[in-house]
Amino acid sequence: MDWATDFDVLDPRYVGDPFPIWDELRRSCPVAHSSRRGSNWLPTRYEDVTAIAHDVAHFSSMEVAVIPFEGEEPEEPVLPYGLPPISSDPPLHTWTRRLLLPWFSHKKVATYEPLTRQLCRRLVAGLAPAGRADAAADYAQQIPVRVIAHILGVPAELSDTFTGWVRDVLEFADEPERRFAGMQALIRYFLSELERRKGEPGEDLLSVLLQTEVGGEPLDHALVLGTAALVLIAGVDTTWSAIGSSLWHLATHEGDRKRLLAEQELWPLAIEELLRAYSPVTMARIVQGDVTFAGCPMKAGDRVLMNFPAANRDPAVFEEADKVLLDREHNRHIAFGSGIHRCAGSNLARMELRVALEEWLAAVPDFSLEEGAEVTWAGGQVRGPRSLPVVFG
Amino acid sequence: MRIRIDPDRCQGHARCFAISPELFEVDEYGYSSLRVEGDVPPQLEEKARLAVANCPEFAIEELA
Ligand code: HEM
Ligand code: SF4
Repeated sequence: MDWATDFDVLDPRYVGDPFPIWDELRRSCPVAHSSRRGSNWLPTRYEDVTAIAHDVAHFSSMEVAVIPFEGEEPEEPVLPYGLPPISSDPPLHTWTRRLLLPWFSHKKVATYEPLTRQLCRRLVAGLAPAGRADAAADYAQQIPVRVIAHILGVPAELSDTFTGWVRDVLEFADEPERRFAGMQALIRYFLSELERRKGEPGEDLLSVLLQTEVGGEPLDHALVLGTAALVLIAGVDTTWSAIGSSLWHLATHEGDRKRLLAEQELWPLAIEELLRAYSPVTMARIVQGDVTFAGCPMKAGDRVLMNFPAANRDPAVFEEADKVLLDREHNRHIAFGSGIHRCAGSNLARMELRVALEEWLAAVPDFSLEEGAEVTWAGGQVRGPRSLPVVFG
Repeated sequence: MRIRIDPDRCQGHARCFAISPELFEVDEYGYSSLRVEGDVPPQLEEKARLAVANCPEFAIEELA
C-alpha cells in the first residue's frame, strides 16, 4: 500500500503497529492523502497537527468522526446541535464547553477517586484467583463506563449495554448499520432518562443540565441530549484504551513494571509518558473553503485527521520519540488534543488511568502476555487493545 | 527567575498544576493562574522550568 497517497486507518497493519508508518510518512510525505471514503488528509508532524487544531476558522469541528457517517440526514435531525461541545465551533462551542468543565475540574475529579479505587480493587480481586485474565475486557473495559454512569446518574448495571453502544459507534465504522443502530439506541435511552428526570430531578449531570438556564432560558433538550451522549461516547472507549495499552506495555516491559513498583515518585511522569506513547484518540476536522496547508491543496469539505498520536511520536519535539521513557521530563504531549477542544475530561482520564494501574500492580505485581494467545487491537478513531490475555506471576 | 501565563493560550491542560501546586492554581474551568508574585522562590525554579517545558499550549513563558 502507498501510505502517502492511499492510506487506510482501518488497515490491520495501521491499527496493529502504526508507528513505523508515521515515521516513514513524516520523512517522505508529512501530510498524507487518501481518496478512500472521501478526500482525507493525514498530518503526522506535531507542528502541523497543532497548527490545524488552532485554526478553527479553516478547520471546523462540524464532523469529528474519523470515518464519515454514511446514510442520509433525516429531515428533522434528532440532534440539531450535534454533540456539543466536541462537534461545534465557536460561539456554540464556547458556552456549551463551560457547562461541562466544572464537572471534570481537578477538585470534582478528586471526589470520584474513592469509588474508582474501590471498583478497581474489587475487579482485580475477582481476577486474582484464576491466575490469568483478559486485562482489556475483564479489567480496563469495566472501569471508565462505571465512573461515567455515576456522573450521569444512570445505572452501573447497564454498563455492558453502554459499552456495546459506544463500541458500535466508535469501533465498527466499516459496518454503517451497526454504527447507526448503536447511536439510535443510545439516543433513545437518554431521551427516556431525560423524561424521567423532569418529574424527579437528582444531582447528576443530566438533571443539572436539564435545570440549567442560559440567558434566562432553560437549555434546549436536544442540546442536553447531545451533551449527555457525548460524555458517554467520549469518556468510555478512550480511557479504557489508555488503561489497556498501558497494561500491554507493562506486560511486555518487565523493567518498567519493576521501576513503577519501586519508585513511587516516578508515577506522575510515567502516566504522562504512557499517554504520549500510546495516545488513543484521533479526531477529524472539515476544511472550510479551499486552503493550501503545508503545500497541500485542501478543498472545502475535505476531512483532516487530527493525528494526535503521531504528533506525540514526532522526533522533532520528543527525544527518542519511539522509546517509552517513564522518567521523561520534557513531555509537551497532546494526547488530549490542543487548542479550544482540549479534552474536557482530561483530569478524570488521568485519575482513572493512575488508579487503575496502581490497583492492578498492587494486586498483580508480576504478569506477562499469555503464550500463544492473541492480543487484538481496535483502531481508527480510538486505538487500544480489545483482548489482552495475561498470566499472573 | 520570573514566569508569566498567557491567559489567551492556556486551555486548562493542568500540567503546570500537577508539576507545582505551589506555583500554580487552576479554577473550576481548568484555567491556570500564578500563586506567586514577582520572583519564583529559588527552591521552585526547577519546577517552574519544567512547567514551561511541559505546557502543551506554550502558555507559560520565562521572562528574561
Ligand atoms: C485517556 C482518555 C482520553 C483521551 C486520550 C481523550 C482525548 C480527547 C481528545 C484528543 C479530545 C479533543 C477532540 C478534538 O480536538 O476534536 C477530547 C475531547 C473531549 N473529551 Fe476526551 N479523552 C479521554 C477521556 C475523556 C473522558 C474520561 C471524558 C469524560 C467526560 C472526555 C470527554 C471529552 C469531551 C467532552 C471533549 C470535548 C471537548 C471540547 O470539544 O471542547 N474525554 N478528548
Ligand atoms: S499546562 Fe499550560 S495550558 Fe495547561 S493549565 Fe497550565 S498553563 Fe494552562
